[in-house]
Amino acid sequence: MATHAGESLREPAVRVEGLRRSFSEAGGVLNGLDLTIARGEFVALIGRSGSGKSTLLRALAGLDRAVSGSGVAEVPDRVSVVFQDSRLLPWRRVLDNVTLGLRGSDSRERGLEALSEVGLEGRDKAWPHELSGGEQQRAALARSLVRDPQLLLADEPFGALDALTRIKMHKLLKKLYAAHNPAILLVTHDVDEAIALADRVIVLVDGVVGSDLRIDLGAKRSPGDPRFAALRAQLLAELGVVEEEVA
Amino acid sequence: MATTAVEAPIVGVVSEKAGDKRVVRRRLGPGPRVPGTLWIGPILLLGLWCLASATGVLDPRTLSEPWVVVETAQRLIADGRLPEALATSAYRAALGLVIGVGVGLALALVSGLSRVGEALIDGPVQVKRAIPSLALMPLLILWLGIGEPMKVITIALGVLIPIYIHTHNGLRGIDSRYAELAETVSLRRGAFVRHVVLPGATPGFLLGLRFAVLNALLSLVVVEQVNATSGIGHMITLASSYGQTEIIVVGLVVYALLGLVADGIVRFTERKALAWRRTLESH
Repeated sequence: MATHAGESLREPAVRVEGLRRSFSEAGGVLNGLDLTIARGEFVALIGRSGSGKSTLLRALAGLDRAVSGSGVAEVPDRVSVVFQDSRLLPWRRVLDNVTLGLRGSDSRERGLEALSEVGLEGRDKAWPHELSGGEQQRAALARSLVRDPQLLLADEPFGALDALTRIKMHKLLKKLYAAHNPAILLVTHDVDEAIALADRVIVLVDGVVGSDLRIDLGAKRSPGDPRFAALRAQLLAELGVVEEEVA
Repeated sequence: MATTAVEAPIVGVVSEKAGDKRVVRRRLGPGPRVPGTLWIGPILLLGLWCLASATGVLDPRTLSEPWVVVETAQRLIADGRLPEALATSAYRAALGLVIGVGVGLALALVSGLSRVGEALIDGPVQVKRAIPSLALMPLLILWLGIGEPMKVITIALGVLIPIYIHTHNGLRGIDSRYAELAETVSLRRGAFVRHVVLPGATPGFLLGLRFAVLNALLSLVVVEQVNATSGIGHMITLASSYGQTEIIVVGLVVYALLGLVADGIVRFTERKALAWRRTLESH
């Protein structure tokens, strides 16, 4: 599915206009948010807790029934969601979790292929509780990618993992993104994660886009890079955090 | 001032084999499964009975000696009375169980998965729950007579309630995040029931099944002692009028074996069906 550059501009993967969502009369969580994500674009969404990150993601995932609001949210046909918890069905083996809801006779082969792609070959018959936290999240990634999504929504997918596992998962996500090239909206509270992975970082402030930064650091990104550090300081400042000067 | 001693940690066992020195915490769970332990209690009880009869502490008119019971059982098997009675009783119980489980499960699914179903079904089932099945027998006899349908339906009614209650409870206890996941992978209704609802409700269903099996046997005993002309209950009632303690005991032993075997089957199914769980039971 090769997309022409001009066409991808005209037909974005995600189009959000004037999106409002509120859980109570007192105040909205999303207050007229506008956002466009191009096809195959990797966008990271950061913001303080309560800034509406998860509400936006749920709106795009089609999971915001019990909330009032207005506005436009357009997403492609094939949307996959990765949650903070792996959300594997504990009573289904790993492969059956990956192929959950897939139709067609080749779903088993596709599931095995996806498992090997995330480095879980040979674990197809394991129960979810037999996997480590990182492996469970790999299985969840396999489950979302086997559907060949045009948009991948990830809600702090690595938030519950330890730092070393998280670095491995970043590499894996980069690799999978390069191979499949879906549009990605990654919600995270980790500024470094956002800079290391995304093409664009959006800071959500009080339910609207506070700032929208393009990350032009190339493929090799190191936190030691001065430009990386500058971006980090800028984003942290947007979030209201001032980095301490180290003498 | 001297420093106060730090209290030692609670240590259960200190193992000191050659090249293996370790501290092991006191185990709080029940520990690994030992095969065949289900039978230790009953066998001990049987031993006590033998001992009491052999020493004469137990009067044979109160309770026959175990060996007399065994002889009687052999005689009853040889002349075909016991196998016939057992077959009749087992068939009644099994038929009532199957009907009750089927209806209870179907009602629990409809009531658990739709608000309309809940509004229509849950109330009546709770009302039925408050009336013991056995209290309905006079009405069932008026409606259906004293034949097999009355017996099977009485058993089925006793089975339906625990199946409904525990399946419904298990189903509603399924984590809503799994339903959310099912929505994001666009599962259809049927696949949702198959992959999420049924497996998620299985622990509750199996617990209900254990109660249901017990209820089926209880109902079986009662329906067979009222107006029955066949089955274990009939054999016992007959023996009671002739003062044949040994036949009564044979009947009771058969009931007990039926109960133990049925419960064993359910427990075995439970272990196989719930292999995905990591609980105190499995570790």
